[in-house]
Amino acid sequence: MMTEEEARDVVIETLKNIAPEIAHEDLRHDRPLRYQVDLDSMDWLNFLLGLNKRLGIEIPESDYSRLITLDDVVDYLLSKVG
Amino acid sequence: MIEFKLPSLGADMDEGTLLEWKVKPGDAVKKGQVIAVVDTAKAAVDVECWQEGRVHELVAAIGEKMPVGALMATLLAAGETAPRRLGAGEAAPAGPAAPPLRRLISPAARKHAQELGVELERIAGTGPHGAVTLEDVEKAAAVPAEPPAAPVPPPAAPAADKAAEMRKAIAAAMSRSKREIPHYYVAEDIPLARALAWLSAENARRPMADRLLPAALLLKAVARALQRYPELNGYWRDGGFVPGERINLGVAVSLRQGGLIAPALLDAAAKPLTQLMQELADLVQRTRTGSLKSSELNEATITVTNLGDQGSHGVFGVIYPPQVALVGFGRVAERPWVDADGGLKALPVVTASLAADHRVSDGHRGALFLRELAELLQHPEELNR
Repeated sequence: MMTEEEARDVVIETLKNIAPEIAHEDLRHDRPLRYQVDLDSMDWLNFLLGLNKRLGIEIPESDYSRLITLDDVVDYLLSKVG
Repeated sequence: MIEFKLPSLGADMDEGTLLEWKVKPGDAVKKGQVIAVVDTAKAAVDVECWQEGRVHELVAAIGEKMPVGALMATLLAAGETAPRRLGAGEAAPAGPAAPPLRRLISPAARKHAQELGVELERIAGTGPHGAVTLEDVEKAAAVPAEPPAAPVPPPAAPAADKAAEMRKAIAAAMSRSKREIPHYYVAEDIPLARALAWLSAENARRPMADRLLPAALLLKAVARALQRYPELNGYWRDGGFVPGERINLGVAVSLRQGGLIAPALLDAAAKPLTQLMQELADLVQRTRTGSLKSSELNEATITVTNLGDQGSHGVFGVIYPPQVALVGFGRVAERPWVDADGGLKALPVVTASLAADHRVSDGHRGALFLRELAELLQHPEELNR
């Protein structure tokens, strides 16, 4: 069982592996993530692979449309792992 | 004696600072082995040696800044023995002793160097087989002698300096391109419904780690199309076109701290998609962490810039000299599309562009190349081979 806070921490940590320069406090959790962090498609795939490795969950491409904001990603992870 | 020189590291990297030797005198060197790490304006580069032999002498010192073509080390070929060095107190043998390092220097250049008081060891030869020419001597004489190489590597440049250096390197290469290369541009909108549907189906049955990105498909299609339009793949050298032996796609990779590097995906036409995708992921990762190889920086025969799904509608690139073409892809997006039967639909579409060197090819052929690219992308399953 993972709490929302734990899920958020995992997401931020995984994100920092891709974009070490991001400042957590500057991120708006309710706005599209990829624009804010400037993730290209390779970064995005690596981000999802990072979550996959960390939590052992498969994230099919058909779910990408549900993963827009950081809040979306956290909710998604909770629904998969929770 | 084999002379190992600092290889070219791309049009925007004309000098390097030796950071580390990966070999020592006496070590055997295999073809393609990384033997040194050299820092450039853009990145630290693993420098490979393409000749086999045994390291005789490391000529360049750690921390030394060298132009491309400078002698870095000498190697002994198989069966070759090291020229004997004189021990302390040993008398010089009678007769002319062979210099420890034979360099090709024209007699006129040698004489001129003596007159001008220029040390020949400091000059990188630009003549045939690295020979020092009269012109090299004159150039060297015009530059004040450099202080002796520092014994320890200089501290890493602060990030701001590094960014400024990279900006300068890009400025030099791009200014040269726009000064020397008469660019022409053509563009084509390519429907990608079939390609993306095929990718989705393919990815649905692959594990996450083997997932393909549209970029891999686009790169493969470019490589295949170039097989039929070889005049876009190669270099402009010494007043003429030299076709590339293989299709090595320079992939423009933007760096998070700003700037870009375009290392090569070697022999892209010959590789299956899965392999191409793995190599692309590896290349992007190594570009961003600064561990590229010299061959990846000097063997690209054309560049592809792909703005990706966060980018603009289309892009018209600046050719990276001495290459003769650049293919650009904008963002893949749903756009209105008129079918062959006149029906209007919304489809995923990408705008592909070609910037090419008018000294080598014409707009008509350039347009045909883009049509071929569009056609190839309608048969994604065939690109998988």
